[in-house]
Amino acid sequence: MELLTASNIIFFILAAAILLFGILTVTSTKILRSATYLFFTLFCIAGLYLQLNYEFLAAVQLSVYAGGIVILIVFAILLIKGLGEDKEINIGQRRIMGLIAAIVGSITCASVIAKFGFLPDYDTAAELTQDVDMQMIGQTLMGTDQYQYLLPFEAASVLLLACIIGSIAIATKDKEVNK
Amino acid sequence: MEQLASLAPYVLILPLCMFLILGLFGKKMCPKVSGLLGTTVFGVVSVICYYIALKYFFSGEYQIGETYQQVTLFNMEWLRMNEDLVISIGFLLDPLSAIMLIVISTVSLMVHIYSMGYMHGEGGFQRFYAILSLFSFAMLGLVVATNIFQMYIFWELVGVSSFLLISFYYFKHSAVRAAKKAFIVTRFADMFFLIGILILSYYTRTFDFDKLTFITDGHVDAIVNSDLRTMTFLGFPVISIAMFLIFLGGAGKSAMFPLHIWLPDAMEGPTPASALIHAATMVVAGVYLVARLFPIYTFEAPHVLEIISYIGAFTSIFAAIIACAQTDIKRVLAFSTISQIAYMMVALGVSGYGGVNGLGYTASMWHLFTHAMFKALLFMAAGAIIHAVHSNEMDAMGNLRKKLPITHITFLIACLAIAGIPPFSGFFSKDEILVAAFETNKWVFAVEYFVAGLTAFYMFRLYYRIFWFGEPEEGYEHEPHEAPLNMTFPLMFLAAVTVITGISWAFGKVSFTELISSDFTSYEIHTHWNIALPSIGAGVIGILIATFLYLEKTGRPNKAVSYIKKPYLWAYNKFYIDEIYLFVTNNIIFQRICQPIAWFDRHIIDGFMNLLSWVTNKTSQETKEIQSGYVQQYAWVFIMGVITIVLLSINL
Amino acid sequence: MNIPVESYFILSTLLFFIGVYGFVARKNLISILMSVELILNAANINFVVANRFLFPEYLEGHIYSLFVIAIAAAETAVAISIIINVYRQKKNIDAKSINELKY
Repeated sequence: MELLTASNIIFFILAAAILLFGILTVTSTKILRSATYLFFTLFCIAGLYLQLNYEFLAAVQLSVYAGGIVILIVFAILLIKGLGEDKEINIGQRRIMGLIAAIVGSITCASVIAKFGFLPDYDTAAELTQDVDMQMIGQTLMGTDQYQYLLPFEAASVLLLACIIGSIAIATKDKEVNK
Repeated sequence: MEQLASLAPYVLILPLCMFLILGLFGKKMCPKVSGLLGTTVFGVVSVICYYIALKYFFSGEYQIGETYQQVTLFNMEWLRMNEDLVISIGFLLDPLSAIMLIVISTVSLMVHIYSMGYMHGEGGFQRFYAILSLFSFAMLGLVVATNIFQMYIFWELVGVSSFLLISFYYFKHSAVRAAKKAFIVTRFADMFFLIGILILSYYTRTFDFDKLTFITDGHVDAIVNSDLRTMTFLGFPVISIAMFLIFLGGAGKSAMFPLHIWLPDAMEGPTPASALIHAATMVVAGVYLVARLFPIYTFEAPHVLEIISYIGAFTSIFAAIIACAQTDIKRVLAFSTISQIAYMMVALGVSGYGGVNGLGYTASMWHLFTHAMFKALLFMAAGAIIHAVHSNEMDAMGNLRKKLPITHITFLIACLAIAGIPPFSGFFSKDEILVAAFETNKWVFAVEYFVAGLTAFYMFRLYYRIFWFGEPEEGYEHEPHEAPLNMTFPLMFLAAVTVITGISWAFGKVSFTELISSDFTSYEIHTHWNIALPSIGAGVIGILIATFLYLEKTGRPNKAVSYIKKPYLWAYNKFYIDEIYLFVTNNIIFQRICQPIAWFDRHIIDGFMNLLSWVTNKTSQETKEIQSGYVQQYAWVFIMGVITIVLLSINL
Repeated sequence: MNIPVESYFILSTLLFFIGVYGFVARKNLISILMSVELILNAANINFVVANRFLFPEYLEGHIYSLFVIAIAAAETAVAISIIINVYRQKKNIDAKSINELKY
């Protein structure tokens, strides 16, 4: 098995970038920086999707996550005063607790994955490079047959509407509170 | 029979309804209306009672030959314990309950009328009438009980209404104390009563009087057929123990020594209540109880009957001596009541069964009847006097005979009756008791003979001190005047009853032995002049001594007292029985028994409970910190939990 | 392209636990929100990879990821409005300062 093909190298670079930026996201003392690192993480994940030939998903990842959510978070950070510094982050027992959870959990999951034994013929290159065309995605989303998802799609739309209303309702300034 | 059966329930229902109406809505009525309403309704009840009793005695329907039959007018099943043990509420009619119906309805009606005048303008007037109705209901229910358990229920109700009436002036500390004392002492006795009932009924498998007192061949069937006949406990026959315990219940209600201490204090209640409850009706419940179970006593527990006669004899002389030294007129009457009830107990104690042997039984009931009348009269007259002079003390009275003429005459009649002077009713009943005692037990007879003289002495001491003797030194606050008609009418009525029953007996118009006897069969008796004459003599001597000492205001009483200073002081202080009780309860029961128990309760039981609560509290204090409200902590616990589950499920 | 499927899963696992660490250890709510985004992305990677490697003829994982992204967007919007509201009331956005919903 040839490891150092171009696509493999790209995968390792992407994986390394994802983990690096992820760690930076949760450890950076400046919150605006960690938002930026989050953006990079999401960007690299979009790259991963592209590599798997899911172009549409990669586009959604970029536009919604990187373009929408991260911008939203940045706006929130800018709206809130005194968030530039997060000095206490690296001290205290919560850090230790987090580390314990992360390390123990990682080892556990890794051992589960190692134990499971995926069949080697899953990774046949021909199928992995198969394209997913937009028409198919559209039909899957809007169809009502098996493996088609009209109902969740509509449910998601209702959910989005509820979220819009809810966030407006929550964020609207309460006059009495403001007094 | 059907007619009586249809009437009988009203005897109980009407007073109960009156109690509820007056008790619940009395505040909304004006006092006069509630008094009139209570009296009117009780008048109806009295008429029914009279009708039932007279019909029973004189219509002949209820007699077979010369024997009156026991009739159950109605009997409702109330509690079914098992197949043969049933508690029911009913109406038993026999000579005993018929005579009691007459006594209770007469006295109670008179008290109802009397109270309209006596209680006029008192706060709680409606409450007084409500409780009177409750008492009447309970007492009527008691005497018509078809079974011993119904009797016990009404027995307790009577105790409750007595408690309520004694504490009628609940703002007076002494009244509250007296009520508590009466209730606790009688309850204490009732506990023995209940134990006795349970022993008796457990073995005989019945509560019903008609089964319990059914006799064949000189034995009580229910007891012959049970294990009770042969069983012994600590060497005593169980049946004797049971009957003695039942008697103790009666002794508590009837104020037999040493359970008499509550009755003098019960005089703290309003005088009409004293007249009704603590002189005429409730206190004779014990006598009634013994009379009701008389066949069992006489056939199965004769020794208990003997004990009863001794207790009665002792109580009668004991109370009579105390009565001689008291100065509060109501207390004199109270001790006189104790003495007279003890007389009735003695009569039952010396009685046999059937025919002339049952003379004591007849005399006891006869005395119960006459005593109820003249003692209620005495109390109401005392009430009228207290009403006039605003004091209970003899020293505040004197020379009232012109000012209270009606009260004077009626009081005198009652005194003559209780002193046993013919032709008043008391003479005949007392005489029969003496005859019965003479024939059975000479010692008891001697005691009772002496008591008869003593009774005459202290009653006339009372009479002279009130109506003669000269006015009190400081004079009257305002001129005493005769009570209104609604108070004097009951006095006159009861005086008339006292005279008429005596005279009709004397001329043989009505013979009490025809109406009531131990086996309900009428028999003939003759006045035993060889006993009657000495007893009259004793009465006359007592009266003469009283006349000598108290007719005029002289130094004689003090002089007489100085001869017997010590005994007088003892009698004046009621032989220190109250103090003995206080010593026993305070120093022995409270300090030696109750305090350790209280300590145990406070420190061990409460301590254990406090420990439990402390542990619970502490645990919750500690564990509530887990619920910190920090969402990150929750998330961490959740994650670790999931990891643990995964680790467990993959078997590592 | 012959990366074993396990390496993708390991990647997503690591990313997931980085998110968990951030969630537990960070102090302010926005950082926690960002950690949640990391966790969601880790899950997304799993969906996509499982879809691509195990059932390439269907689009289940793909569509799931789409929904997750949509819901993540909605969730972020609501969460940020909540955070802003918290800030208005408490003048800070410490996760520790909103612990009143206890006992």
